Amino acid sequence: MEPITTFKGRAVVLPMRDIDTDQIIPARYLKTIDKQGLGKNVFNDWRCLSDGSPNPDFVLNQPHAEGASILLAGDNFGCGSSREHAPWALIGFGFRAVISTSFADIFRNNSLKNGLLPIIVDDETHTELLSLAEGDQAIELEVDLPNQTLQLSTGREVSFPIDTFSKKCLVAGVDQLGYLQQQEALITAYETSHPARINTL
Amino acid sequence: MHPLHRKDVINPERLLSLARARRHNCTGAAALFQQLLEPFGYTKKTVSRPKTLFEKIWDEHLVVHEAGSPAVLFIGLHLVHEVTSPQAFQGLRDLGLKVRRPDLTQATLDHSIPTTDRSLPILDPIAARQVDQMRINCHEFGIPLQDLDDEYQGIVHVIGPELGLTQPGMTVVCGDSHTSTHGAFGALAFGIGSTEVQHVLATQCLLQDKPKSCEIRFDGNPPAGVVAKDLVLAMIAQIGVGGGTGQVLEYTGSAIRSLSMEARMTVCNMSIEGGARAGMIAPDDTTFEYLAGRERAPQQTAWDQAVERWRQLPTDEGAEYDRQITIDVASLEPMITYGTNPGMGIPITQPVPDPASDASGAVGKALDYMQLEGGRSLLGHPVDVVFIGSCTNSRISDLRIAADLLKGRKINPKVRMLVVPGSEQIKKQAEAENLPEVFKAAGAEWREAGCSMCIGMNGDQLDPGQYCVSTSNRNFEGRQGKGGRTFLASPLTAAASAVNGAITDVRTMMD
Repeated sequence: MEPITTFKGRAVVLPMRDIDTDQIIPARYLKTIDKQGLGKNVFNDWRCLSDGSPNPDFVLNQPHAEGASILLAGDNFGCGSSREHAPWALIGFGFRAVISTSFADIFRNNSLKNGLLPIIVDDETHTELLSLAEGDQAIELEVDLPNQTLQLSTGREVSFPIDTFSKKCLVAGVDQLGYLQQQEALITAYETSHPARINTL
Repeated sequence: MHPLHRKDVINPERLLSLARARRHNCTGAAALFQQLLEPFGYTKKTVSRPKTLFEKIWDEHLVVHEAGSPAVLFIGLHLVHEVTSPQAFQGLRDLGLKVRRPDLTQATLDHSIPTTDRSLPILDPIAARQVDQMRINCHEFGIPLQDLDDEYQGIVHVIGPELGLTQPGMTVVCGDSHTSTHGAFGALAFGIGSTEVQHVLATQCLLQDKPKSCEIRFDGNPPAGVVAKDLVLAMIAQIGVGGGTGQVLEYTGSAIRSLSMEARMTVCNMSIEGGARAGMIAPDDTTFEYLAGRERAPQQTAWDQAVERWRQLPTDEGAEYDRQITIDVASLEPMITYGTNPGMGIPITQPVPDPASDASGAVGKALDYMQLEGGRSLLGHPVDVVFIGSCTNSRISDLRIAADLLKGRKINPKVRMLVVPGSEQIKKQAEAENLPEVFKAAGAEWREAGCSMCIGMNGDQLDPGQYCVSTSNRNFEGRQGKGGRTFLASPLTAAASAVNGAITDVRTMMD
């Protein structure tokens, strides 16, 4: 997992609310047994017309989306299915952060475990970001994870929340499994002290 | 003198050794407190504050919760299917790790598999490879697999309860958002991603932030034609698809108490469609009757002890939820969705909302996709396909109510109707009751168990532009096939609509 510290990136906008993981990566692409190679299918059914050709109106097919690393989306982004293929596909496309006013729980968890940073902003900042993008479609933003700040193209800086543990893991680029493995002795102690409850199967 | 100052009772060495053994252990801390106070006549009730069902299970499964880190939660049952697990097993292989508790892990095949003749090879080579990989992974890591020829094969959320694997008071996870289904048994059950699947395989534990709690109280008796699916669709229409984010829902009230276990599973199943982390229902005699004698449920003395323990699980009087919502079941009608998320639901006699009434533009966008007009009723809208199945509504009671309505009737010849049982066991039971004959005589297809057209991964899918009344759980754009349009409803509404070839209020067809 690539560490996230500070980076500058271009943001593209999908302003609608409640974008579900079936849109991010349709189910027919979940037959893979790999994490790689899903970037080309991200938002497939919005990116492609019924004959399979690229939909020129869709934001990711427009020139300013080339090299974009931030997605600015509407409220409750990533709702629905638990498929981790959603963050894998977004990362595969080149996204490193998604900005919204809220995220669905499982999507948020999955993103944090893969180095895709979910940035929560308030309504006011969200509206400001949307209006900046409207005037100049290729807005540049600067993300500073250690300081938990997002710098807008106007120079205004806003802070965003993230829990200490996830931040530590993302900045170091480490999987959270290591922490769980360190708890081995306590897990064994738990199993030993709760046999009647655990061994009911 | 304060009782704790009585030196003759407190043995410092014993305390120290207890404290050492329980260091960092939250459950241990509670037990230690209990052991300290018991000699003075304090009972558990007097030392613990009232707790909700959710809090009891959460606290009992806490291995450790260090400051600045998420809680480490022990997982009692890990269900695994072919779609979200291959990357997790590969992760174990890459790190040279084993599955810590294969005995608490159960795998099945359900998403990618055909629901047609199982003796034939799987035609889709990519799906076939995924299915083979599941077999390889289960064999290599020593995990039991309900394979396609197994008498207990079926949808993961159907077979868990059916086998008696799902039990009250457990923590249950699966790389599948509809894991919330198992909450019907008074378990804390939720969906996780593939990285978390790997975490649980490796350590039998999961890192979790503690969610908030929300009571959803369903009071009153459901009117005729209103079933569990309508209750949960009404709830989601009220709170919205993001309304339950960060919360565990506990369903309470007289209407929930009178539901069968299968109906309770339908309600809990769709908790995730309201954005909730999990949904749960306190166990009662209905729960115990369902579980008694099931293959993997405790037997004899162990059963009696388990039931005694399970009876302690319901929320204590005076326990507080972070949020409470009440729904009057007596005023509900059969529900149907008009849009492209499960929160876009209406009572079936009501008009579709006017896009102008929604400033976010979501309704307009949804109606554009659905090719529907705001302000008009859905009743009479033509239907091309009807799907009865999925982890929401594929159990024997769902099939029975649909078959009851179809008995002596024919579905509209323009309609394709698929009936897909949730498991091999349900299929057998339905066959014993001659339900397939009813479905086939009406003109429907009777198929093998699996997820089928709920997710459309196995070739069972809609053609672009088709309208489907579906008993499944998601009406997202393209969910049942690219360009397909889904109306979510109960098995009753689905069967009635199949007969008329158009969206129908089932109450007009009931005696």
